[in-house]
Amino acid sequence: MESYLNIDHVSIDFPTANGPFRALDNVNIQISKGEFVSIIGHSGCGKSTVMNIVGGLYQATEGGVILQGKEVNEPGPDRAIVFQNHALFPWLTCYQNVELAVKSVFGKTRNRQQIRDWTLHNLELVHMTHAKDKLPAEISGGMKQRIGIARALAMEPKVLLMDEPFGALDALTRAHLQDSLMEIQSDLNNTVIMITHDVDEAVLLSDKIVMMTNGPAASIGEILQVDLPRPRQRLDLADNPDYNHYRSEVIKFLHQRHARKAA
Amino acid sequence: MNDKLIYFLEITGLNWFVPLAKIAGGEPVGFQFQQLVKMIGLPLVAMLAFLFFWHLAAAKVDTSLGQLPGPVQVWEQAKVLNEEHQAERQRETDFYQRQEQRNADKLAKNPEAEIKVRDFNGRPTFIDQIWTSLFTVFVGFLLASLIAIPIGIVSGLSQNLYNAINPLIQIFKPVSPLAWLPIVTMVVSAVYVSADPMFSKSFITSAITVMLCSLWPTLINTAVGVSSIDRDLLNVGKVLRLGYFTTVWKIVIPSSIPMIFTGLRISLGIGWMVLIAAEMLAQNPGLGKFVWDEFQNGSSNSLSRIMVAVLAIGLIGFALDRIMLTLQKFFSYDKTATIR
Repeated sequence: MESYLNIDHVSIDFPTANGPFRALDNVNIQISKGEFVSIIGHSGCGKSTVMNIVGGLYQATEGGVILQGKEVNEPGPDRAIVFQNHALFPWLTCYQNVELAVKSVFGKTRNRQQIRDWTLHNLELVHMTHAKDKLPAEISGGMKQRIGIARALAMEPKVLLMDEPFGALDALTRAHLQDSLMEIQSDLNNTVIMITHDVDEAVLLSDKIVMMTNGPAASIGEILQVDLPRPRQRLDLADNPDYNHYRSEVIKFLHQRHARKAA
Repeated sequence: MNDKLIYFLEITGLNWFVPLAKIAGGEPVGFQFQQLVKMIGLPLVAMLAFLFFWHLAAAKVDTSLGQLPGPVQVWEQAKVLNEEHQAERQRETDFYQRQEQRNADKLAKNPEAEIKVRDFNGRPTFIDQIWTSLFTVFVGFLLASLIAIPIGIVSGLSQNLYNAINPLIQIFKPVSPLAWLPIVTMVVSAVYVSADPMFSKSFITSAITVMLCSLWPTLINTAVGVSSIDRDLLNVGKVLRLGYFTTVWKIVIPSSIPMIFTGLRISLGIGWMVLIAAEMLAQNPGLGKFVWDEFQNGSSNSLSRIMVAVLAIGLIGFALDRIMLTLQKFFSYDKTATIR
């Protein structure tokens, strides 16, 4: 069976003064519709590069990305990106930030009322309606990332790409946002690729964890299916033997078999 | 209400009055009074000290035009210049009244009579010259901005283009207005030929010289501002598949507004400085010509009158900078940023 999103034997070289530098080598991931996939690895292993290739911001040197049977090689709203540092336009209010995305994607097919309703609906989804008229500088980091997620969801993407979305947040805010994300995910059942370096986050949120080896020429080390029942509760999982098993699998991969040689 | 007033004072750069507004709003007087002393008191002391030393030093310098004028003589001449302006305005009004009267009389005697309407042909006064200068610098600055901002944006977006034109910018940037002027004069004389010119040649020459010298700061600052845009913001634009012009309009310009305005402020400052020199040589009837004429005139009041011009030039330059600062604060999304 053909998969929904196929990252098909992707390699990428970056030009350097000493000839091409192979950052990724033969990365091969199949993702079905509605699946939540995390890519985990040490920093610098090229996990963000994978995401940028899927997002179309980088072009693969070999192989390619096939979404619903069509190759994608340029950026587009069907693969919305949530950036690590939210990347909100600081001169627009939260509402306007989401609205800009809605207008760009649906400006031709929906009328003003529909655009307005859809913008507000997505703000509601991330519980940010109360701050819709504030500028990004006036809200906290967690709130900014909520708006970033709302903006990406508002594009109705086929695949939601998240580049360490909670990496810049403190632990409590992060847990809060993870819960929100799970809640949204259970409603919308999006296909998600999330880059992370947080083991707990990966196990808690994912259906599948892709573990990457260290660069240069990073590739996939192992793929772990996470068969924990949903909805998942952070507190219940703490004592769940399966959860701890998955967790230790990832930790062993990262810290035994593919430990970084020098920090 | 008081908050709005304070915001207005801050955005217009009139920070000196903020403590007064806060006292009026019922905030503790003691602290605000200290602020007041710091903000108004200290500059006032410095200014009085300056006037005092000027007064002392001027008395010791003898020139061929008499003693170097002190603050008192300069103030006298400032009043005289204003009186001359008022007198000239009076003469103008009288002239037009007489002309109207004369024409009305003629028409009353013979409705077929040919009437003549002449423009008043008086001397431009100091105040008129200030307006001429302001208009000239405005035109030159506007032209410069219209050229520099688009080039800056395009070259900020394309590293290759920037590399290509950067040497040209660096070569032309340090050229003095006095070096441009002869060339501009000759080109304007050759190209701008018209039987009934809308603007005088001296005006065009001065404005173009101002333009040539005030292009560069705006161009460079715009290019730097544009090239330092957060890559992620541009990536958002790519994901949304915004076109080139939409990207420029919705992402590039808003995020580089602070840098563009920094460039514009420097450009306007340079333009105002260059203008005086350009007017002296091009004989455009503005402040530069006023200074030159007074210098050639060489009466006992000339030095005082030139000093009035110097102070006027300084005050106007200061005011122009404040206006730009206010615009910058108004258009900039980050209201909390300290802009000096």
